[in-house]
Amino acid sequence: MPVDYLYPEYEVIRNYDRCINCRVCERQCANEVHEFPENAGKMVCDSSKCVNCHRCVALCPTKALKIVKSDHTFKHNANWSGKAITEIYKQAGTGGVLLSSMGNPENYPIYFDKMLINASQVTNPSIDPLREPMETRTYLGSKPKEIRRDQDGRLINTLPPQIKLSMPIMFSAMSYGSISYNAHESLARAAQELGILYNTGEGGLHESLYKYGQNTIVQVASGRFGVHKEYLGSGAAIEIKMGQGAKPGIGGHLPGTKIGGDISRTRMIPEGSDAISPAPHHDIYSIEDLRQLVFSLKEATEYQKPVIVKIAAVHNVSAIASGIARSGADIIAIDGFRGGTGAAPTRIRDNVGIPIELALASVDSRLRSEGIRDNVSIIAAGSIRSSSDIVKAIALGADCIYIGTSALLALGCHLCRSCQTGKCNWGIATQREDLVKRLNPEIGTVRLVNLLTAWQHEIKEMMGGMGINSIESLRGNRSMLRGTGLNERELEILGIKHAGE
Amino acid sequence: MKRVYVNEEWCLGCHLCEYYCAFAQTNENDIARALKDKVIKPGIRVEEHNGICFAVSCRHCEEPLCAKSCITGALTVVSGIVSVDTEKCIGCYTCILNCPYGAISPSEKGAILKCQLCSDNTHGSPACVKGCPNKAIVFEERGL
Repeated sequence: MPVDYLYPEYEVIRNYDRCINCRVCERQCANEVHEFPENAGKMVCDSSKCVNCHRCVALCPTKALKIVKSDHTFKHNANWSGKAITEIYKQAGTGGVLLSSMGNPENYPIYFDKMLINASQVTNPSIDPLREPMETRTYLGSKPKEIRRDQDGRLINTLPPQIKLSMPIMFSAMSYGSISYNAHESLARAAQELGILYNTGEGGLHESLYKYGQNTIVQVASGRFGVHKEYLGSGAAIEIKMGQGAKPGIGGHLPGTKIGGDISRTRMIPEGSDAISPAPHHDIYSIEDLRQLVFSLKEATEYQKPVIVKIAAVHNVSAIASGIARSGADIIAIDGFRGGTGAAPTRIRDNVGIPIELALASVDSRLRSEGIRDNVSIIAAGSIRSSSDIVKAIALGADCIYIGTSALLALGCHLCRSCQTGKCNWGIATQREDLVKRLNPEIGTVRLVNLLTAWQHEIKEMMGGMGINSIESLRGNRSMLRGTGLNERELEILGIKHAGE
Repeated sequence: MKRVYVNEEWCLGCHLCEYYCAFAQTNENDIARALKDKVIKPGIRVEEHNGICFAVSCRHCEEPLCAKSCITGALTVVSGIVSVDTEKCIGCYTCILNCPYGAISPSEKGAILKCQLCSDNTHGSPACVKGCPNKAIVFEERGL
């Protein structure tokens, strides 16, 4: 029988001159890397269990620890990388599908990094956001195409329901189950404080979070977990999840081990049963079917809530978006291939979907050319990493963006991409009580509010630089972008000129 | 008066408070040099049983039993802080027997050791509070 031992990917390096044997690392590592054998008289570690989440590094009071990538190597081969070989060993040993978490980490182009933002110089004055008004407030929802008046000339209000946001940023769908209660509470409290919305994801809404309803998007996904009339009515908007950027075309699977008391009640499924979301909605096989669900949900909420349809960015995304814009949906959310997940098959995550920048530009162009852009607002998602990514996304045509990974990073996530193990040392992607309590929502809320407040300042600075004083004047304003190192086809799809033009 | 309070709900039992307390007492500026190969004697201790944990330190009582029981007058209340005069303390440990919270411990130097809210070292405000990673220990005004 072949031996499957693989040398660990990371090594834990301990500076014994600084280690004081306080054993904080040992107590804080859910992967049980660190140990203090009495007879050794010093801390020892098993690097093979390390997922490189930095919990021990961050809490070590003497800064005695660091994690390094192992320099252990296979014989160099440009075709058969160490990763490819390792994955074959893993699958030959287990017969299983490889699982991964968070967004696609592979080396595909990042178009945000190949676009540059304009600034005003002599002929059009820039604006100082500290001295002059600068508006980041935006409204999401279908906009009326015509103005109607009654016989006395008074305006008839035909405005469909809108979402009001203090800045064009929302927290994307992450279900209660995939992340912890404390993570959800942090997102909800931060959304309320910031005047934005967070999204329940597909796991229903915990009863003690209903009070944040005005700042909540309730999601309806293919598993329909936790969906009932009160749930639909509790939020400010309803999102139908058709797809997810990290795993387009497939469903989800939350293992029964994570379905404890509260999650089982919230999802309305038995304790310990696997929560399986089918790949398709079994009642949606066409745009007409989607329209039925959109209107069922509107009917259930008396046409008071905008309905969002979320899709993954895939090859024919603009045609799909065109159909959705005609389905009665108020908002389309597009999730790019870098979007995160709590667990997905590695091959799907790393090989399916397209970049959000291209998908967004192509959808915006298509809807404009068909004269239906005002039917819907567009939310762009899938790895928005900074305020400049937001400015670029809005200039490409987004009304708003979703952040998921960035929000989790603010809560302490170190992107070790091991969510699927359920042993998150930062208390985020876990349901183990002793780990969940590591995320104090009081701290989490402050950190999320800090992050978005900082981003809002930066967005205002960039807008001011461009001489734009309202975020809605930036939307789809692609003349504010220039490409670098892009070929003509890429520039054409993005609808931008090359730098220097 | 501001006191150290403990939120059991958020205590992770990491014991960092004990090490930051011991470090604060040394008045050193490098924690590794201060605590390397030392058995620490912190003024705050984490109590743990059956998955429940919380830190315990001096409550700085309005009418402290320790001070009442002190036979030499070494324990007194100074600006609300129950303080020990190590010159006067003879190490009889009567205070340790009397403290209902178990917040006083013997010191290597013959006297007793207790939390003085870091008023007696260079840290200025409680080091355990600053070092707690989860806001399980707070320093705040709650009246009595």
